Amino acid sequence: MKALAASRRHRLAPVVLLLLALILTGVAYSAVTSEPATAQTASQEDIEEGEALFRSNCSTCHGLNAQGTDLAPSLVGVGAASVHFQVSTGRMPMANNSPQAERKDPMMNEEQTYALAAYVASLGPGPAIPSAQQVNPEEGNAAAGMELFRANCSMCHNAVGAGGALTEGKVAPPLDQATPTQIWEALRTGPQSMPVFNEAAITDQGARDVIAYVMEQREVDPGGISLGNLGPVSEGFWVWIVGLGGLIGLAVWIGAKSS
Amino acid sequence: MSTNPPPGELTTGGAHASDVPEQFQDPGLEPHQLRLADRSEKNAKRVERQVVAILIVSVIASIAGVVGFFAIPVGTTLMDVRLSTLVIGLGLGLGMLGIGLAAAHWAKALMDNTERVEKRKPVPSPPEVREEAVEQIATGIEESRIGRRPVLKGALVGAAALAPLPFVVPLVGSLSNTWDVNRFRHTAWGDVPEGTGGRLPDGSVGRRLATDPDDRPIRAADVTIGSAFAVIPHGLPDEEHYLEEKAKAVVFMTRIDPNELAVSPERRDWSYDGIVAYSKVCTHVGCPVALYEQQTHHLLCPCHQSTFDLAEEAKVVFGPAKRALPQLPITVDVDGYLVARSDFHEPVGPSFWERDR
Repeated sequence: MKALAASRRHRLAPVVLLLLALILTGVAYSAVTSEPATAQTASQEDIEEGEALFRSNCSTCHGLNAQGTDLAPSLVGVGAASVHFQVSTGRMPMANNSPQAERKDPMMNEEQTYALAAYVASLGPGPAIPSAQQVNPEEGNAAAGMELFRANCSMCHNAVGAGGALTEGKVAPPLDQATPTQIWEALRTGPQSMPVFNEAAITDQGARDVIAYVMEQREVDPGGISLGNLGPVSEGFWVWIVGLGGLIGLAVWIGAKSS
Repeated sequence: MSTNPPPGELTTGGAHASDVPEQFQDPGLEPHQLRLADRSEKNAKRVERQVVAILIVSVIASIAGVVGFFAIPVGTTLMDVRLSTLVIGLGLGLGMLGIGLAAAHWAKALMDNTERVEKRKPVPSPPEVREEAVEQIATGIEESRIGRRPVLKGALVGAAALAPLPFVVPLVGSLSNTWDVNRFRHTAWGDVPEGTGGRLPDGSVGRRLATDPDDRPIRAADVTIGSAFAVIPHGLPDEEHYLEEKAKAVVFMTRIDPNELAVSPERRDWSYDGIVAYSKVCTHVGCPVALYEQQTHHLLCPCHQSTFDLAEEAKVVFGPAKRALPQLPITVDVDGYLVARSDFHEPVGPSFWERDR
């Protein structure tokens, strides 16, 4: 301690202090901002593999350097999260040029998806693929998530995430197959018609809450058959066709003569 | 029965028009047909066994429902709740359905079904009975002296007329505690309580825009292009009548590329660098309009598919709505937060008679 006290008047002391302060600020900043996807530090081989995959699978529409064409938007700056969402849900590569890219079995395996994401992320900064901790439903509060879901998501995706129709053939898809990672990526990147919900609109904890709420909807429904949770359409169909039809059938049977 | 034409005559192809009777003839009863159970005791026994079998199913279902109530513990998992409800419901339903089906089958197949004719009785009572009734009413009125006591009559009518009022008045009165439609011309955006506003460069104060439902003020820099915000006035959750005020003040906000945004000269300072805020209450019948498609800038109402184009001041592009969504004039305060310049410039929500007055 004495040595430290003695050296504080050393001519290099301000420099050392400044360096210490800078390092401390940097560490504190990186801790506060919770930089996503520190795990996915892509190697050069990943990026090269991704570029090869991109050339053969995506460049017809998105252009040889992902700069975009008349058919499809530029991918510079969309980030790894956007690529991972589109490819891991099978939406991209698109089957045909329809109003909506539908969810289907993914064409790429996990490794190829990450390579593609690494390549596109190398073109310009954008949202990265979230870490497992960022999307952990166990750390979310489903009740708080319900309030956020009601205010921000339920108008398109239905109150329990059963999906719904938009305009001109577009739909808000049901959320029953989306993984926590895909839900997070959709929030932050706004795929297709969906607007972006960034950290200012829904905080990182809020995103976990929303994920917890969506995951909660996959639990057993204590009310029995949900009929798709589509509200009056499927329930009305059931009541009018099956319920009333059954009653009419019974009435006809009661009125018919016995043989 | 002897006057009836023999069956089949009317349908024979060669019949003359004169063969057709002028008036529809009562065909009378069809000849009685014996059922299977009437023709042999063996068949009757079989029907009896069927009815008994249905009743036994009913008995088993009822017992199973009660057993299920005790046997399935509720409260450990949701699956238990579902199973318990299912078993009790099936027990109750099959128990009662079985009784009904057995009764109907018994009546149709086993009970005596010989047709009988019972003539309808004349509807009016005989004249002397009716005359007597009229006489009794007249005597009753005469004996009550109501004709000679007008005050009594007035008091009775008055009491009868006032008696329903304690029921009707609260019913109508509690529809709303005020009938002043001018309430719709004012929303919470027009007030700036202490601590909810931000100071503008010109010194005035505007209410900050905050996220719904967690009430965090929003910085203009955080609203990226294509992002969506459900917005309420900052500090509103702490106010009295929060939900009533929220219902009028909810706003949808997004940022549109300024190159794609059409802004009329009189609304030049209503948006901030492409950030636009519009009332979320549909001008058709007041549903929350919030299905936003960021690629087309269309905002869709889920109730009747009214579609508003946010890039063109929320004008109606489809559907039954007649007016554009009211725009909330916004700007940025000295700390970089979004604030409302003023209240909406027109009443939000669906039309009402005095709207344009």
